[in-house]
This record gives sequence, structure tokens and C-alpha cells, in this order.
Amino acid sequence: MKPFPTWLLDRTKLADSHTLATYKKAGGYQALEKVLKQPLAPADVIQELKVSELRGRGGAGFPTGMKWSFMPDPAKDPRPRYLAINADESEPGTCKDRVLMERDPHGLIEGALIACYAIRAQAAYIYVRGEYRLSYQRCQAALDEARAAGLLGKNILGTDFSCEVHMHKGAGAYICGEETGLMESLEGKRGHPRPKPPFPAMFGLWGQPTTVNNVETIFNVPFIVARGGAWHAGIGTKGSKGNFLCGISGHVNKPGVYELPFGVTARAIVDEVAGGVWKGRQCKAWFPGGSSCSLVRGEDLDVVLDHDSLKTKGSSLGTAAMVIIDDHTSIARVMEIIARFYDHESCGQCSQCREGTQWLAQIFHRIATGHGQPDDLATLESLAQGMAPGKTICALSDAAAIPTLSAVRLFRDELAACIREQRDPIPYPRVEYAGAH
Amino acid sequence: MALPQKLVQEFDRLVQRYPDKKAGLIPALHRCQEELGGWISPAIMEDLAAYFGLEPVEVYGVASFYPMFRLRPVGQHFVSVCHNISCELRGATEILEHVCKITGAKPYGTSPDGRFTVWPVECQGACANAPMIDLDGVFHEDLTTAKVDALLGGLKR
Repeated sequence: MKPFPTWLLDRTKLADSHTLATYKKAGGYQALEKVLKQPLAPADVIQELKVSELRGRGGAGFPTGMKWSFMPDPAKDPRPRYLAINADESEPGTCKDRVLMERDPHGLIEGALIACYAIRAQAAYIYVRGEYRLSYQRCQAALDEARAAGLLGKNILGTDFSCEVHMHKGAGAYICGEETGLMESLEGKRGHPRPKPPFPAMFGLWGQPTTVNNVETIFNVPFIVARGGAWHAGIGTKGSKGNFLCGISGHVNKPGVYELPFGVTARAIVDEVAGGVWKGRQCKAWFPGGSSCSLVRGEDLDVVLDHDSLKTKGSSLGTAAMVIIDDHTSIARVMEIIARFYDHESCGQCSQCREGTQWLAQIFHRIATGHGQPDDLATLESLAQGMAPGKTICALSDAAAIPTLSAVRLFRDELAACIREQRDPIPYPRVEYAGAH
Repeated sequence: MALPQKLVQEFDRLVQRYPDKKAGLIPALHRCQEELGGWISPAIMEDLAAYFGLEPVEVYGVASFYPMFRLRPVGQHFVSVCHNISCELRGATEILEHVCKITGAKPYGTSPDGRFTVWPVECQGACANAPMIDLDGVFHEDLTTAKVDALLGGLKR
């Protein structure tokens, strides 16, 4: 792999990287100062983000500048407005935002302040999943430092820009990573996603205009403001600009969170970055970006990792959380785990999802434990087709259906053998226990 | 029962972060669980309902939705064992079996001596350092059964 410029993880390698002193020494808060003192108009910041072609890093890949521009004109709509930062990182395989929050929280805070300035929000809420206690503590400590240094609260850096950033703790529900579920949860309710429209820019937190962005997305903002949108747009592939954080887990020698430019192949990541498939084995299948993507065959590792290329393999970039599965692993067992997860996390509002995820979990469980029925693969396909696409309030139902359909499509013979032989030919350790909801 | 004054004062500050007081409910449930015995009892729900101006059933509706809130008593130490895909691919089943063996607790159960509750959980976001457990709110990653021995053995009487 050719050398490439990095910025996302550079500061995380410094001593005491989570402190204001280190952050400032590394040039921190200069982008905010540029915005406030030059000053740049909010519209100019949004324009810079549009030029940068930054796309959201939370899984959907929506253009960030365009999302910000959906916020209504404050002259015509004077309601209070908010930024919600989605730090509910829960997609299986995804562990990248945690690295930024634990080791470089000021980068997130500076990004949050610039974003609030651009969309004219008076407050940002960082919704952190409850299990990320260290992320919460580090971000809260960084907020306290920023406040003491005049970087947060009233009249930031002596200008007339005032903004609050608050931490908010979730409590273990995957569905709260869905932007409207997150807002319901932040309001103190069950995390039941809302039907869209209305979209958050018009009816978000407490019914007010709201933008929801992922941590890594916001983290990119100060770099783009400091260096210019054109700089960012000059890196990567068509439609996928900049660097991204790739979490790679499962059967590789060096799992980790790595910063990479769009355009590298999955094979280069597995072999050159992650030290190859472990135990000298072959890759049988992989998820490119969390368990909600279609599985891809091990033979198809030569695909480039970006928003568009993975579509040629029937999958998607998702959160760029690669999960590598070796050739000694049962696909029935993999899918049993994945299906159980969606069954556990379905919020229960929509019948297709509530009932469908339960059936997918039951059927994969019985296939994996040697009790598959002859028509189970047809049943899985018909269930999944009834759950997606776009048949429910949110995409959790789709997220359960998509890997199911890919597993049946790519590994039909293996799953059929489990059913025919009434056992999983690939032995796998298991402990039996009833689920807890 | 009434909420301890210390928590009430904390909640009074907490709710100022939000335009609507109710937004403090989930953070408040966390603080109650941390401070008041490791689980959310019906009495705590009634107290929180009174504080937030809600019906107790609304608090129950929220508390029961979120996996981190425990609605029955738990052991002195709470061990969450991730059993999602990245951890399972690297031996989570063996870790879970081992945790159960040395604590004497079954999955989703508490050991007879009341010292440990063991809870298989979905992805905790430690995928690149799998397998992992969360012991009393602290992540322990890149686990082996030997590391589990050292970790939990040190806690045993």
C-alpha cells in the first residue's frame, strides 16, 4: 500500500492525547478560531462542507453539507435548534467512534461547536451508548476543560457566539443509533423510531429543527474548515472522499481500528494492514461494514472499499467495520448470532420486524443445532422479503433481512447440508441458554 | 422510600441541560442503579416518577426498554460477556463458559453466594479487541481464560 496522508488518528498517538494541553499544542481549536474571528458566515462553512464531499460515517453515507443545508432559514423559522451527535455506536463490528472519544475528545467538541455555528444551533447533545463509560468520562472532562478555557458556553473566544455541548448517556439499546430513535431516547422515552417525514431538520429534538451526525463525521469538520473543502475532495475515489476509520475484527492476525483512504482494496486491508487471516487460513466470507450489510464471499476481497464499489458485490460500506470470517467457521452459526441480535434489538413497533426478526432467529437457531426443516431456506427468503425494503418505520427490519438474504444466496449449499444432515457439519462450541429480553 | 438528597440535588442540575425535564430520566435511572443497589426496584421507579412528574408505569416502560437497566436484584459483581459476532469468532463461548465455571453463576443468573451475576450481552463496541467482558462497568479486552482467572480470581474471597 502506498503511503498516504493521515489526520483522523494522528493526535491519538500523542501522550495525554485526551487533554486540552495536548490538543492545543497540536493546533487544536484553530479551526474554531478561524470560523469565529475571520469570521466565516454559517453559509460559508456549509459551502466548505459541500465542496469537501464529506459523507456521513454512521453507515448511511449521506452528504454532510447537504444535510446541514436542510436546516430551515432562521430568518423564517426562529425556533430553537439542536445538533445531536450520534455516539451510540452499536453496529456489530463497529468500534471506531470510541477511539476518537476516548483518545481525542476535544476534536469532537471542536467539530461540534463549528457544526452548531454552521447550522445555528444553540446546543449539541452527544448521545453516547451507556456502555462507553470511558468515552463519556473523557468527553465530559474535555467539556469541563473547554468551558474553563472560554471555548464553551457564553461568548466563546470573546465573540458573540454562544453554544452548549452536553453529554447524554444511552442505556444499551441498538435502536437508539437510528436517528429518530435516538431523539426519542434523548427526550427520555423508549427508543421508538419516528415515521419520516417529518425529517429531523424540521421536527427533531422536542419538535425543533435538529441535525443528527455521527462522531467521525463531526470529527472531520475542523480539518475541513482548517484545510479547505478542496483539500478533502482531492483524496479518495469518485463519490467517496477523504480517509475513513476502518475497524477490522474477527479472524485476522491484527484486528484494530485503522485510518485508511477510500480506494484501498479489502484484500490490502486484510493482508497488509491487519496481518492476514489468522492461523494461515482462508477468508470464507466477510461483512464490509457491520452485520447489517450483505455478506461478501472471501473470493471477492479485491473489491475497493468505498460507498459505490461494494454495490458491485451486492453489499455496502455501512460503518466500514469489516468482520472477517475464516473457512473453518459455520455460516449457520454466524447467522444464528446475527439473527439473535436483531431479534433482541427490534423495538417492536412494526409487526414485520417484531415477528420477522423472531422467526429469523428461531429458524437459524434450529438450522445451526441440527433441527432444520426442509423448507427453511425458502421460509427465510420469504420472511426476509416481507421485512424489506422500506416496509417498516426504520431500517432495523432491513438490517436483519439483508444479511439473511445474502447468507442464503451465497451459502445455500452449506445451509442446505445442515438441514439435510440434521447437524452442522462444522463443529462449533456452544453453551445453551435461554435468551433474555 | 425517598431518593437520597444527594441524588435529588444532582438531578436538579442534570435536568437544566434540557428544555424538557423528562430528558433527564434515562441518566437518572443510570445514577440510581449505580448508587442504590445495582438494580431499579419498583420503589425507585415510584420515586423517579414523583421527581419527574410521571406515572410509575411510564418510568417502568422506559426502564424495561433498555437492556442496561436491571429490574431484579443482582450479585455484588456484574459481569457482562459479549456474545455478538466479533467476540464469538474469537472465543466468546469459551470465555462465557469459563466465567460461569469460576463464578458459579449461570448465564442470566446470579451465583448461589450472591457475589456474581453473569449476563451475555450484545455487541459492546470492543470488536477489534475481542473477546471482551465488562466487569462492574470496566471493559476488559483481548481476553483469554487465564486473564479471566486473574481478573475474577482476584475478586473471589
